Amino acid sequence: MPETPAELSVSLWRGGREGRYETYAVPRRESQTVLDVVTYVQRHLDPTLSYRFACRVGMCGSCAMTVNGHPRWTCRTHVAKVAGDGRLEIGPLENLPLIKDLATDMQPFFEKWQQAKGVFAPSKTRNDAIPRISPDSPARITADAAIECINCGVCYSACDTVRWNSEYLGPAALNRAWTLVNDERDAGNAARLRAIAASGGCHSCHSHQSCQEHCPVSLNPTASIAGLKRRATAAYLNGELKS
Amino acid sequence: MIVHGLKHRGSALWIAAMVHRLSGLALAIFLPAHFFVLGLSFHGGARLNSFLRWSDQPLVKLAESGLVFLLTIHLLGGLRVLVIENFDWHDGQKQLATLAAAVSAAVAFVFLVRVF
Amino acid sequence: MNVRLYVWQRATATLMVPLVLVHIAVIFYATRQQMTAADILSRTHSSVAWASYYALFVAAVSIHASIGVRNVLAEWSRLTERRAGQIAIVFGVVLAFLGAHAIFALVVA
Repeated sequence: MPETPAELSVSLWRGGREGRYETYAVPRRESQTVLDVVTYVQRHLDPTLSYRFACRVGMCGSCAMTVNGHPRWTCRTHVAKVAGDGRLEIGPLENLPLIKDLATDMQPFFEKWQQAKGVFAPSKTRNDAIPRISPDSPARITADAAIECINCGVCYSACDTVRWNSEYLGPAALNRAWTLVNDERDAGNAARLRAIAASGGCHSCHSHQSCQEHCPVSLNPTASIAGLKRRATAAYLNGELKS
Repeated sequence: MIVHGLKHRGSALWIAAMVHRLSGLALAIFLPAHFFVLGLSFHGGARLNSFLRWSDQPLVKLAESGLVFLLTIHLLGGLRVLVIENFDWHDGQKQLATLAAAVSAAVAFVFLVRVF
Repeated sequence: MNVRLYVWQRATATLMVPLVLVHIAVIFYATRQQMTAADILSRTHSSVAWASYYALFVAAVSIHASIGVRNVLAEWSRLTERRAGQIAIVFGVVLAFLGAHAIFALVVA
């Protein structure tokens, strides 16, 4: 059995769009995560390295980066799992403007969230009775299956249609729109359906399913988008949408 | 600009979608030629006949098998999309995608054997 | 790709599933029988059935292929979506015209 090397060979993206990969030697430790590795480089080898993290425990999604070709949460990626031969290549998330090194600008991601009307539109005021929503209702079950998204951007980064079509709203925004379409309390569906049925909306999805494969919370945006396609098609055929 | 994330493009479903798109493009290029050739039958078939004799050549038969493969795999890839979009989600899609490729190859192979 | 284009593309796709299966069966039959042009023409000439079948097929494929081409151009080339749409319409019209010509040649002439 080959001996596990005591050191990792870690290539990190440095600079902006026209940057390059630079290689660092990082000591291997037991139960090391990729975030541990990046942190080690910044603290001990090169303090100019820029990267983003917050909770370190797989709850916030801030530490998402491209690790050996796949977008992942670095705090929840064990080195042993992805770097069997002792080599790691870590870059920023795809499909987002790069600020520096491993930190991307998430603004376009959130702008598309708004564009898809991924925002709850209230139908009642504080003076009305609280609506009773049964957790067993089919709509609520559907919404709950997609609700755990924490906007980490991994799916957006994995999606080729996002790469090819700058107008495409992307899996996260559309997935959230789907949860709201299924929310009985929401009053914004007319505008939301128009938003997701327009150019760059749900109909641009080609069902590659890279989003579903990479989602760290095991969500399925492809299925949510399929639901939106059905809903938009029905609305269009009923004359509720103008296209 | 270097692209950082390329590995997932080997997944079965991504390949299925890409094959679907490329076969569609190939068919879109082929179809005008196909219609044009059929239009050669306009004057009683003499020109079409000379074309059909040309199509006796082995390389052409191979190309025709390729077209049968493209048409079949584009149809099956399209069915994958229609099923995802209109029916409940099932997790066995990777296997179905692989099966679709196998069926297309089998159909094209049968065609190849028959024309030779 | 918006809902209108989506509906047309998926509808023509669904319509073409049986049409394509019939077409593949016809090709298999014709090649097995080693048909010449005369054999084919004797079957298609003055046939309302073949004319209708292929007219439907040509119409559907012209719409379906042009929308597909539109998507590929918009995503894989530097053309704007508007320009891709224009090129796709021209492609669809050309395809429909060539297809109609082929049907005419096989059924009428």
